[in-house]
Amino acid sequence: MTQRTLVEAVNDALHTEMAQDDRVMVYGEDVAQQGGVFRATEGLLDEYGDDRVLDTPISEIAIVGSAVGLAIHGYRPVVEIQFSGFIPPAFNQLVQNASRIRWRTRGELSAPMVVRSPYGGGVRALEHHSESLEGAYAHIPGLTVVMPSTPYDTKGLLLSAIRHPDPVLFLEPKLVYRTFREEVPEEDYTLPIGEAAVRREGEDITLLSWGAMMHPTLEAAANLADDGLDPEVIDLRTIKPFDRETVVASIEKTGKACVVHEAPKTGGWGGELIATINEEALYYLEKPIERVAGFDTPIPMLAREDYYLPNPPRIEEGVKSVINA
Amino acid sequence: MSEESVGAGRASLEECSFSQAEEAPPRYRLVQPDGSYDEAAIPDLDVETHRGLYRWMVMQQVVDERMVKLQRRGEMGTYASGRGQEASIVGFAGALADDDWIYPYGREAAAMLIKGMSLRDLLLYWRGVEDANRFPNANVLPIAIAIGTHVPVAVGKAWGMKLDGADAVMGAMFGEGHPSTGEVQAGMNFAGVLDVPAVFYCQNNLYSISCPFEDQTGAKSVAQKALAWGLDGIRVDGNDILAVYDATRRARERALAGTPVILESVTYRLEAHTTNDDPSRYRTDEEVEWWRRREPMSRYRSYLEAEGLWDGIDEESIREECHETFDAAKAAADDFDPGGIDELFKWVYEETPPEVQRQYEAFEAFLEARPDAYDHIEERPKR
Repeated sequence: MTQRTLVEAVNDALHTEMAQDDRVMVYGEDVAQQGGVFRATEGLLDEYGDDRVLDTPISEIAIVGSAVGLAIHGYRPVVEIQFSGFIPPAFNQLVQNASRIRWRTRGELSAPMVVRSPYGGGVRALEHHSESLEGAYAHIPGLTVVMPSTPYDTKGLLLSAIRHPDPVLFLEPKLVYRTFREEVPEEDYTLPIGEAAVRREGEDITLLSWGAMMHPTLEAAANLADDGLDPEVIDLRTIKPFDRETVVASIEKTGKACVVHEAPKTGGWGGELIATINEEALYYLEKPIERVAGFDTPIPMLAREDYYLPNPPRIEEGVKSVINA
Repeated sequence: MSEESVGAGRASLEECSFSQAEEAPPRYRLVQPDGSYDEAAIPDLDVETHRGLYRWMVMQQVVDERMVKLQRRGEMGTYASGRGQEASIVGFAGALADDDWIYPYGREAAAMLIKGMSLRDLLLYWRGVEDANRFPNANVLPIAIAIGTHVPVAVGKAWGMKLDGADAVMGAMFGEGHPSTGEVQAGMNFAGVLDVPAVFYCQNNLYSISCPFEDQTGAKSVAQKALAWGLDGIRVDGNDILAVYDATRRARERALAGTPVILESVTYRLEAHTTNDDPSRYRTDEEVEWWRRREPMSRYRSYLEAEGLWDGIDEESIREECHETFDAAKAAADDFDPGGIDELFKWVYEETPPEVQRQYEAFEAFLEARPDAYDHIEERPKR
């Protein structure tokens, strides 16, 4: 067992799969020579050569579009979009081609590929580097959206994503890329896409989150527990498709819920979760569900971004407003 | 680093400038609109190749004519005719090798047929049935309806072919409007970096629906854009099939040798953009007439006649055969079983996620409970 950070777990997964599957290619901006601006792809060029590990022009369209072409041809591209704020140029490729080619061709062609991207705020990055638009991507039929929160999950889910028969958007919480280490097995292992993890069992209220926001959510849960509340905390891990059974079972137990995400509140994936809870477990609900989310504004530049991001006190207040409603 | 690698230093602004040409660049042409030609310049093609090309041009015309008629009768969806572009379409696809691929954009029925698509499936496609995109035994990718989006994908496919060591090219087809998109620019730029075996085939028919070429770009040609992206550019008279054929073969060789090519075929669509379009709103009868006098079939025929190759061609019976082929394809399309409503749901992912499955089952149960819903559902177009 080795102690790894989340970004090291990404690197570990890439090394693991490139070593055993010649079809896997890794490319993007600054990923080869430099090893990626976050060093997620470090060492791959030396190990696997420049046919399989490449630096590309600064064009997200070219990166994602060409990955579709390689994937339908039989390769397994794992491409990096340097910051999630720059996924939008490639949105067209995700919508028109990556997510749709299987459906268009009745399964004759498919695009097994992974688009990795560090997402979210809190690292004092430049403007346009901190977006969290997972809800927009999750809305695309044919796409799978995975958002891990721990190093262990990251390796297992990234290996699953690379082996997945359809395109996966793999959004990495860059806020916690290096904030902590945990044990990550050296060997090959996978975690199922679409399965949530119960991070804390409790009886009083269900906290639902994913990615970087899991950490303030867990901190808030611990603080609330100190005050005598018993929250359950669920890490969705995959938001599309999400683990409806785990969410519903928890609501049936607690009767209350609070969703936490850093994406803007309106149209965020929290709305989809709440709609599903209403469909499946409305009569178990004792209180209205609360959302603690980013505001309906662009995420501010570095000076003000901490105002924007949910933090433990905001989450605690959100939970209390449910309890006290 | 060296001085040469960043360009020599010169005390002349002119030498260090790129300027737009006053006139559009010339088009490679072998047979003049009046039918005259220089024997020595014509590529040496055997009789069968000539007859095959001519037959495909007739096929393009028959398919266009019949598709438009079916659309008028409500038996076909929107259709994009290639009338006027027969040489441009057939000359390109006819010059490709068997293992080459095309990525069509819609106005090139004969090219898809040449590359192995069945005519039945072409009918099904324009009838809006996704099953047409299976392309069994055809080196054809699904039509790029979303303008320009296929070009980066074509680059990726060509990249894969190169990595495999395949002796084949990717022929990405598009119109002169596509290069205005970011997708085309991003894709071609990347192609220039990767040196993939791709021929970017632009049928410049001078209009993107109603937008004339001079309003589409300030450039005098599409081919010249190749320089900016590190590619080669070739411009050809798209109404001269022998020029298109020869230019394609040579572009193909360059692409295989490591320089992707933009091949711009300058042509003219004599009919509407699609069956939903009224071209009289944006172009004059005089202009259409000017191009009608330069249409490609008669030019090729005059060459074949002059060479004594026409005697073996019975145009009437070729046309009749093409109609019979179309009749058979239409009958097969009419007989196609589109399957049940599960067809809507089952191809989104390899493994259908629970939510999609639930939606399918709920919808099926709903249709069973409320068969009157079928009063509001019509599979179009009529068959």
